[in-house]
Amino acid sequence: MNNKILIENLSLQYSDGTESLRGVSMGIRQNAVTVLFGPAGGGKSTLLRCLNRLNDLTEVRASSGQILIDGENILDPKVDVVALRRKVGMVFARPVPLPMSIRENVIYGLEMSGEKRKSKLDEAVERSLKLAAIWDEVKDRLNDPANALSGGQQQRVCLARVLALQPEIVLLDEPTSGLDPISTGKVEAALQELKKEYTVILVPHSVQQAARTADHAAFFLQGELIEYDDGKKMFTTPKEKKTEDYIMGRFG
Amino acid sequence: MMKLLARNRHTVQRLGFSFITLMAVVTVLPIVGTIVFILFKGGSAISLEFLTGFPHDGMRAGGILPAIIGTLYLTIGTAIFSVPLGIAAAIYLAEYAKDNALTRLIRLAIINLAGIPSVVYGLFGLGLFVLFLKFGTSILAASLTLSIMTLPVIISTAEESLRSVPQAFRTVSISLGATRWQTIRRIVLKEALPGILTGVILGLERAAGETAPILFTGAAFFLPRLPGSPFDATMALPYHLFVISTQVPEMPIQIQYGTALVLLVFVLTMNVIATVIRSRARAKRQW
Amino acid sequence: MEKSLSFREFIITRLIQASGYSAILFVALIFFFLLREGLPTLSEVETSSLLNVRWYPIESYFGIFPLITGSLIVTLGAALIAVPFGIGTAVYISEIAPRWMREILKPLVELLGGLPSVVLGFLGILIVSPFLRVFLDLPTGLTAFTGSLLLGGIAVPTVVSVAEDALDSVPRAYREGAWALGATKWQTIWRVTLPAARSGVLTAVMLGVGRAIGETMTVMMVTGNAPVLAVKLNSLFSPVRTMTATIAAEMGEVANGSTHYHVLFFIGMVLFLISLVVNVIASAVVFRAKKRAERILS
Repeated sequence: MNNKILIENLSLQYSDGTESLRGVSMGIRQNAVTVLFGPAGGGKSTLLRCLNRLNDLTEVRASSGQILIDGENILDPKVDVVALRRKVGMVFARPVPLPMSIRENVIYGLEMSGEKRKSKLDEAVERSLKLAAIWDEVKDRLNDPANALSGGQQQRVCLARVLALQPEIVLLDEPTSGLDPISTGKVEAALQELKKEYTVILVPHSVQQAARTADHAAFFLQGELIEYDDGKKMFTTPKEKKTEDYIMGRFG
Repeated sequence: MMKLLARNRHTVQRLGFSFITLMAVVTVLPIVGTIVFILFKGGSAISLEFLTGFPHDGMRAGGILPAIIGTLYLTIGTAIFSVPLGIAAAIYLAEYAKDNALTRLIRLAIINLAGIPSVVYGLFGLGLFVLFLKFGTSILAASLTLSIMTLPVIISTAEESLRSVPQAFRTVSISLGATRWQTIRRIVLKEALPGILTGVILGLERAAGETAPILFTGAAFFLPRLPGSPFDATMALPYHLFVISTQVPEMPIQIQYGTALVLLVFVLTMNVIATVIRSRARAKRQW
Repeated sequence: MEKSLSFREFIITRLIQASGYSAILFVALIFFFLLREGLPTLSEVETSSLLNVRWYPIESYFGIFPLITGSLIVTLGAALIAVPFGIGTAVYISEIAPRWMREILKPLVELLGGLPSVVLGFLGILIVSPFLRVFLDLPTGLTAFTGSLLLGGIAVPTVVSVAEDALDSVPRAYREGAWALGATKWQTIWRVTLPAARSGVLTAVMLGVGRAIGETMTVMMVTGNAPVLAVKLNSLFSPVRTMTATIAAEMGEVANGSTHYHVLFFIGMVLFLISLVVNVIASAVVFRAKKRAERILS
């Protein structure tokens, strides 16, 4: 199988000393859901934020190693980060609709990239909202403010907003942490659709969700990658004691 | 007697609260009194002729149109320079500046600008704009002087307003491939606009009411016509009020109160607009 | 810098950056022009004569001492009024007033801050000074005290709004802790809230004083403008003249480049330095307090 992303010996620490990564190396497969799980503060979110260089917005003290996407090291200072972020989309834990209408939210990224043609934009709105399984619920009120929607709907609009850019990789950082079980189910179902087209990397909000969704799973503990394996194997027969303890609920 | 009172802590509290309340009343009542008094006294002087006529008979009769128009020009002139510069500086401080020595120096400079006495601004304007740059005593020189004086008000309120826009909006916008400036223009500025506008109006309100900075940079004692270019001197309401209340003997009291009233209304209107914008934006805010 | 930054974005970013730096430029420019026009004083007027007690420029007496004492006495009087009333009002707004009252009072205080000083001076001449002349049985109502009274009114809004901010930022938990220990609201205000906010309140006082010492129009209109040495207590009830009023009153009539002109700029320089010191100290107090608060919280 094909490694879309190759992380090589990545280490990183914020300048205030919090959450860090230590010597993480892993390959991430195309057209699959890769789950990064583990207790809070383990470095999962940091890793996600490295993949689209959102870490640039925070102060990072030290960073070594590299991340290759399609063979290109994206940590290289010369990389075009704007283009990178269009290629690597991200959905956050809390749904943050921008203070504008549903439609404007979805086309925001496209507009910022210079797309002005209405037909293209309309097409993107319908395609991405359908893909995020929210089209039927919002198609008659696309011009309503996005924050009038329920939390679950907002989160799916946020997903659609990312998909509108037709990224190659979709990062999701605990996207269902604030949602009810029904909305969570819808988002998870959407993920299974997504992986047909995209490389999906998910930080789940529970071990159960990790087990439900993972094609591949990586267990992080205090900034280190403890175990990385096929999803099924990981949640039935983990190799490492620490992984087993965590999955069994002995800590975390 | 005092001992008796002290024994009952709640009596002390009641007395204390009454005392503090009284202090607040004594502080605030004169403002209301001043405004009501001037509205009352000046009201009878207001007529169409007073508002649209030129002064004559050594300013002891006629209207105050040149002063009204002059203050309008000065306020607009001040806005032209201070609004873009102030907002841009606020954007720099809120969105770009790192927490380092240079930024602290900028903040210190802004605090100092806010504290410099208005008459010193007048001296500076005289030295730089009127004499060194040879703008003469003019609307241009006075507006530039007032702009620099207004700058700290605009910068600090605009920065506060920009900072109150949730960080998450910026993160989301950047993560969707927007550049920093796109994020600021499309999201941050749009959301911070009411707050910025409030600060701008409050800053301009101060500029409109100031006398000392324009004394030697652009104010004319008496001008029988309206200024024709930015290089002309101009009459202005605050300076006119100063002149007719101290420099002109046997000035009819009606005209003095009338002028004070017009100035007050000019300034109060701006203040009320600013307050309304702020409270409406707060009520409408989606975050 | 990002590589894909388009040229436009690059230009805009630079403009924004330059605007940010402009504040430093302006302070430097102001200082430079005050020095440029003010420093010749030192070669034109002897230092001993400058510190003399006589200000009579027509006969080349340039003693700025009476002006300094004039400014000090008026400012002192204003501070004695503005500080207690300002802090009292701030306490009322932040700790005692019901919510609806706050909503009325805060904009009202802001309104007072925006009242043109010339309007207050105007009322000072017409109302306050005749009243004081009769009430205190003085030869003239245009005195330092009249100036202090009105200047107090001008400084109050500054004191109120800064002090109110400081009180407001005292964590609610402090107050709740005190109430839980059985303190009354009144005791809590004096023993907990005000002490916790003291650096902010101090800043409020400094800024209020700074505002008062720099105020020009009102004092020029109501203090009688007599450049006499004001060092006795009863000077408060006689006419004085401040540094600001001197500049405002005389700059219009002097020839550019004359000694008198240079001396007026020199006075401006002194005022600038005073406001610089006041503001640097005030902001240093805030900065230190912030550091302390951060230490406590982290």
